[in-house]
Amino acid sequence: MKMEYMGLKSISGSLVILQGIKEASFEEIVEIKTDEGDVRIGKIIELAKDYTVVQVYEGTHGLSLKNTVTRPSGKPMEFGVSREILGRVFDGAGRPIDGLGAIFAEEYLDVNGKPINPVSRRYPRDYIQTGISSIDALITLIRGQKLPIFSGNGLPHDELAIQIASQAKIQDADSENFAIVFCAMGVSKDVADFFRKSFEESGVLGRVAMFLNLSSDPVGERIVAPRCALTAAEYLAFEQNMHILVILTDMTSYAEALREISSSQNEIPSRKGYPGYLYSDLASLYERAGMLHGREGSITQIPILTMPNDDITHPIPDLTGYITEGQIVLERSLYQRGIYPPISILPSLSRLMKDGIGEGYTREDHPDLANQLFAAYSNVQDVRSLASVIGEDELSETDKKYMRFGEQFEKEFITQSFDENRDISQTLETGWNLLRILPRSELTRIDTKILEKYYPRDEG
Amino acid sequence: MEVIGEIFSINGPVVKVGKCENFKMHDQVFVGDEQLIGEVIGVDGDNTIVQVYESTTGLKTGDRVVSFQSPMSVTLGPGIIGGIFDGIQRPLKSIEDKSGPFISRGLSVDPLDKSKKWKVKMLVSKGDVVSGGAVIAQTPETPQIMHKVIVPPGIGGRIDYIAPDGEYTVSDVIAEIADEQGNKTQIKLSHRWPIRVPRPYKNRIGIREPLLTGQRIIDTLFPFAKGGTAAVPGGFGTGKTMTQHQIAKWSDADIIIYIGCGERGNEMTQVLEEFTSLTDPKSGALLMDRTALIANTSNMPVAAREASIYTGITLAEYYRDMGYHVAIMADSTSRWAEALREISGRLEEMPAEEGFPAYLSSRLAAFYERAGYIESLSGNEGSITIIGAVSPQGGDFSEPVTQNTKRFVRSFLALDRQLAYARHYPAINWLSSYSEYAGLLSGWYEENVDDRFMLNRKRIIALLQEEASLNEIVKLIGSDVLPDDQKLVLETARVIRVGFLQQNAFHPIDTFVPIKKQFLMMDIILYLHDKSKDVLQRGIPISQLIETGIFDSIIPIKYQINSEQLDKFDLLRNKIDEACKKVIENNEVVKR
Ligand SMILES: Nc1ncnc2c1ncn2[C@@H]1O[C@H](COP(=O)(O)OP(=O)(O)O)[C@@H](O)[C@H]1O
Ligand SMILES: [Mg+2]
Repeated sequence: MKMEYMGLKSISGSLVILQGIKEASFEEIVEIKTDEGDVRIGKIIELAKDYTVVQVYEGTHGLSLKNTVTRPSGKPMEFGVSREILGRVFDGAGRPIDGLGAIFAEEYLDVNGKPINPVSRRYPRDYIQTGISSIDALITLIRGQKLPIFSGNGLPHDELAIQIASQAKIQDADSENFAIVFCAMGVSKDVADFFRKSFEESGVLGRVAMFLNLSSDPVGERIVAPRCALTAAEYLAFEQNMHILVILTDMTSYAEALREISSSQNEIPSRKGYPGYLYSDLASLYERAGMLHGREGSITQIPILTMPNDDITHPIPDLTGYITEGQIVLERSLYQRGIYPPISILPSLSRLMKDGIGEGYTREDHPDLANQLFAAYSNVQDVRSLASVIGEDELSETDKKYMRFGEQFEKEFITQSFDENRDISQTLETGWNLLRILPRSELTRIDTKILEKYYPRDEG
Repeated sequence: MEVIGEIFSINGPVVKVGKCENFKMHDQVFVGDEQLIGEVIGVDGDNTIVQVYESTTGLKTGDRVVSFQSPMSVTLGPGIIGGIFDGIQRPLKSIEDKSGPFISRGLSVDPLDKSKKWKVKMLVSKGDVVSGGAVIAQTPETPQIMHKVIVPPGIGGRIDYIAPDGEYTVSDVIAEIADEQGNKTQIKLSHRWPIRVPRPYKNRIGIREPLLTGQRIIDTLFPFAKGGTAAVPGGFGTGKTMTQHQIAKWSDADIIIYIGCGERGNEMTQVLEEFTSLTDPKSGALLMDRTALIANTSNMPVAAREASIYTGITLAEYYRDMGYHVAIMADSTSRWAEALREISGRLEEMPAEEGFPAYLSSRLAAFYERAGYIESLSGNEGSITIIGAVSPQGGDFSEPVTQNTKRFVRSFLALDRQLAYARHYPAINWLSSYSEYAGLLSGWYEENVDDRFMLNRKRIIALLQEEASLNEIVKLIGSDVLPDDQKLVLETARVIRVGFLQQNAFHPIDTFVPIKKQFLMMDIILYLHDKSKDVLQRGIPISQLIETGIFDSIIPIKYQINSEQLDKFDLLRNKIDEACKKVIENNEVVKR
């Protein structure tokens, strides 16, 4: 039944063009046998009566026009799942690379997944305590959320992701039903090793499924790697009722791979050479986070991306921010001042936090307190720039208090060490302590009742 | 008549069909063995171009493409309100019933529930002469909405048969109309209408009343009009969706059509959950009882995203024709434009700016043109207000979608990243936003709210502008050196910003504010300003007045005075008078 075809019409980048293929279907997987006899896989990305375009995941180096053999598989790309995948390491195409042998798959799933029906979604409301004050108080992570880290080259995004993963207290999750899916795309071996080692140190390695497409690995596979990872996550979350934390890094390399493939197809680019469908493509990954009615599990996504030139308006962070449910933005100048985690709170946002904090969730004062901290810290920026013009001494009394608030806020609230785990009430108390630096009349974001209850300094 | 062709090529959602000349533009087609739904979007010589509204994975060249020669249409009838549909009007609940939590392809589901019986009351009798658009029957669609059964435009004649009052499904025949030649047409509770063809009406009527939203900065400074158009552009996280949700919840439209076009799944889930538990402040009915949702989220097929806008506006026109005021929200029109771009790119059309097709502008114009306050064919008055979110790349308003949209909308709420960063919500920039309806509506406001309304609005705007120019100086030298009258401007403007413009969507009292309270809030702030001016004129420094805390005490009134206690504003006046009097007295004591 399976036909084989000999020879290619042309090769361009990671694409090959074939002629005379019959019975092939759009986006199915083909096997490509090179002259040397090794087998690669590719996907049909354009199909016409007189030609077929195949994207070869492992790249086209060493392919010849004459002797290459192509064999359509009749299926889209699939990944074989079972609970056994935990503790295992796969390449970008989902093949085990840890030398522990093949996975005994319970079922094979199309890695592209299918869109979640909006009526089947369960709106995420349960907060995850990360033990990191700036996140818990101001950018609260919610179970089932997709909350990326917008970082820059050389900033400690990996440490932060690890700190979140190891400190996260997820409601209803215990060591039995919690697992991590880690997907590396185009990062160095060092980065992958760092994650591996950190998982090992925190004793969770056996509950991690790793998908590695390193910077030296084929670009084509970079496109499938997150799809395999998310397929694994969906299986674990929605068929095995587990709470899954997915770490995807680095989305920038992923998007660059997409650009490379698009340009070798001569597609009309939109901004900065990225294909017009970058938004939809990213959405097809990010939207695979969430929770479903009638299923206990959840997928929480923490994608990491490095902003080219630290520019948040670059298409990759920009389109990501339009899809994800907020972002944690890291800032180089904070990092240079020795602040860890260097989270720039003003551009950071958790969109789901509004429904997962406050009375019955964290504490009644949380929303107003967060609001006020944001507003006050935002004012600090204005006061600082004024101070740099007229001198700190010339500032009004209130403005001087803002200067002090800003300093303390960065020192006591944002700064904490890599292994420091603060609980939510400790975090909120620190927040109130900081607000008490400011005159009460400045605290316009807080409901009068809350202010009366929490602002007065605790006795004793 | 069935027309059949076969697939020549497949590129993403775009399929070229060969071997058939009889496909017509905008025909609905069924593609491949799974009968995926598509639409003809181009006919050129040998090839027909079809955009497919479902994933095309697995299609083969040579697969059959079938057209029944009818245009891509929606089904209009009772059961739309309260529903949630995908971009081509397939109920997502029915899809869930068939395929579980993940959407499969090739599902055939009815747009409206065919088994549900509606209690219909007939409004015409045998022998009556009716024309297209006439209302011949009605049925309560929800506790809030009386659904009018309309003779489809283009049909008319004498009622030859009318069913008795009773219970009918959407596909039961309730009447027959005979035209002059004696040709009979059956009328059911529902009819089909092509999504790309605007429904006809008798007349356009000018703008006459605002679409009140309960959001202060909109209703006072940048009003929307019933039948008008508005755009809400802003970078990610600036509050487009929240603004749209607030309007959907609290505006005084009769019907809301909410289109989630290429945005997040969870946001639609949230609307669905909230609207089935929240009640409308006016009628006390559930919000969902006046709302229909169209959800074609970012991970759903891109071509259906393109169609979702037209599906939505056609539903809106249908309710408008019944004499309702409909507000339609599209979040986000940029995703629709991007869908156009993607399809256009696959067709290798010549791109204009940033890869968008040259017809972007005319498509936008045609969409916003479907807004309006009209007299329907049957003489009812109804309106469609369009409120489109725009998601400019990089938050840069100079990009093509924002710029082109600006040409066709008359209210423009510019969302501002800096305000959002400071958590000043709604982050609507008061200096760069505008509404061309303010002038047209001044009569309405003066008549229905207060004759000082427009005057107050003008003064508020002036104070904010003055503050902006003073801020330029303050940035350089601080505010301490400003003369007292300018310090007063800064102080009043602060009260306006923090106490009035800022509005907390999550606060039970503040989330929706009746227009009367909005006016009183403006009024009390300006009263404070005027009284303070009197104090300054006596040579008393403003610092003394600020120290009394009177300015700070005005800021939280938005939380403290709820809509039932508007007389409390009089007490506030007394409080202001007293504060000023006390400061003046103190100074006299000192002088003596
Ligand atoms: N009017 C508002 N009141 C309170 N919070 C708001 C308001 N508007 C926006 N926000 C906050 O900003 C976040 C992002 O708003 P959203 O409307 O989702 O932005 P956009 O659609 O422009 O990306 C929300 O999750 C909420 O926390
Ligand atoms: Mg939005």
